[in-house]
Amino acid sequence: MHGFANPARFLRLARWLTPWLLLSGAVLALGALAWGLWFAPADRLQGDSVRILYIHVPAAWLGMGGWSAIAVASFTEIVWRHPLAAIAARAAALPGAFYTALCLITGSLWGRPAWGTWWVWDGRLTSMLVLLFLYMGYIALADAADRDGTGPSRIPAVFGLVGAVNIPVIHYSVLWWNSLHQPPSLGMATLAGKSPMAPAFLWPLLIATLGFSALFGGLVLARMRTILARAQAEARLRRKAATA
Amino acid sequence: MTETLDPWPFVAAAYALGVLGTALLTGWIWTQMRRAEARRESTRSR
Repeated sequence: MHGFANPARFLRLARWLTPWLLLSGAVLALGALAWGLWFAPADRLQGDSVRILYIHVPAAWLGMGGWSAIAVASFTEIVWRHPLAAIAARAAALPGAFYTALCLITGSLWGRPAWGTWWVWDGRLTSMLVLLFLYMGYIALADAADRDGTGPSRIPAVFGLVGAVNIPVIHYSVLWWNSLHQPPSLGMATLAGKSPMAPAFLWPLLIATLGFSALFGGLVLARMRTILARAQAEARLRRKAATA
Repeated sequence: MTETLDPWPFVAAAYALGVLGTALLTGWIWTQMRRAEARRESTRSR
C-alpha cells in the first residue's frame, strides 16, 4: 500500500486502469440492464416493477460502498498518514453521493407501484436518507478544509470515520425494525451460493452490481487524478511565483 | 379499493435516470480530469 504513496507510481497505474474500468463497467452494466429490462422474468407478486431491482440494488451497494471507502481511507489517513488516502476519500464522495441519491429516487419509483406509496419513514429509507446528508456534509467539509489554505486538515477524516456508524444501521435496519422493505438482496448467503433469489433474477443483478462497481472504481480514479493534477499545477505556479 | 398501477412508466423512469445520470456524471468527471491534467502540463511548459 505504501508503494503507492509515490504519486508518480500511482498515476502510472491509474492512467492505465481508469479507461479500462470505465469501459468494462459500462459494457457490463448496460448488458445487465438490457438483460434485466427485456429478458429477465417478471416477479410472481410484484410483476414488471421488479426490474427496478437491477438499478436500485447496485446504486444502494455503491452508496454504502462509497462511504465504506471513505471510512477506510480516513482511517488510513489518520493512522498511517498515507498521502493519497485523503485524496481517495475526497474522490469517493461525489460518486457515492450520486449513487445514494439514485438509490433513494429509484426506491421511491419502485415503492409507488409495489407498496402504494412513494415514501415511508422506516429504518431502511430513513438511514439511507441520513447517508445522503452525511455525503453532503462530507463534501462541504472537505471543500472548506481544502480552501482554508492552512495545510492538510484531519477534520473530514474524523467525520468520515464517525459517519461509518450509519453503514451497519442501514444494512441491519430491515432485520432490526418492522419495514415494508424486503431483506437484503445480496449478502453472505449469495457468496455461499445459498441466495434466496432465483438464478433468473440473481445473475443479471450480480453482473449489474459488478459493472456499476467497475464504473465506480473508474470514476474514483478519475477524481483522484483530477485532485492530484490540480494540486500539482497549483504547487508549480506557487513555486514559479516565488522564484520570479 | 385497491389501485393497480402500470409499472412500466416507473421502470422506464428508473432506468432513464440511472443510465443518463451515470453517463452525465462520467462525462463531467472525465472532462474535469482532462482539463486539470492539461492545465498541469501547461504549467510545466510555461
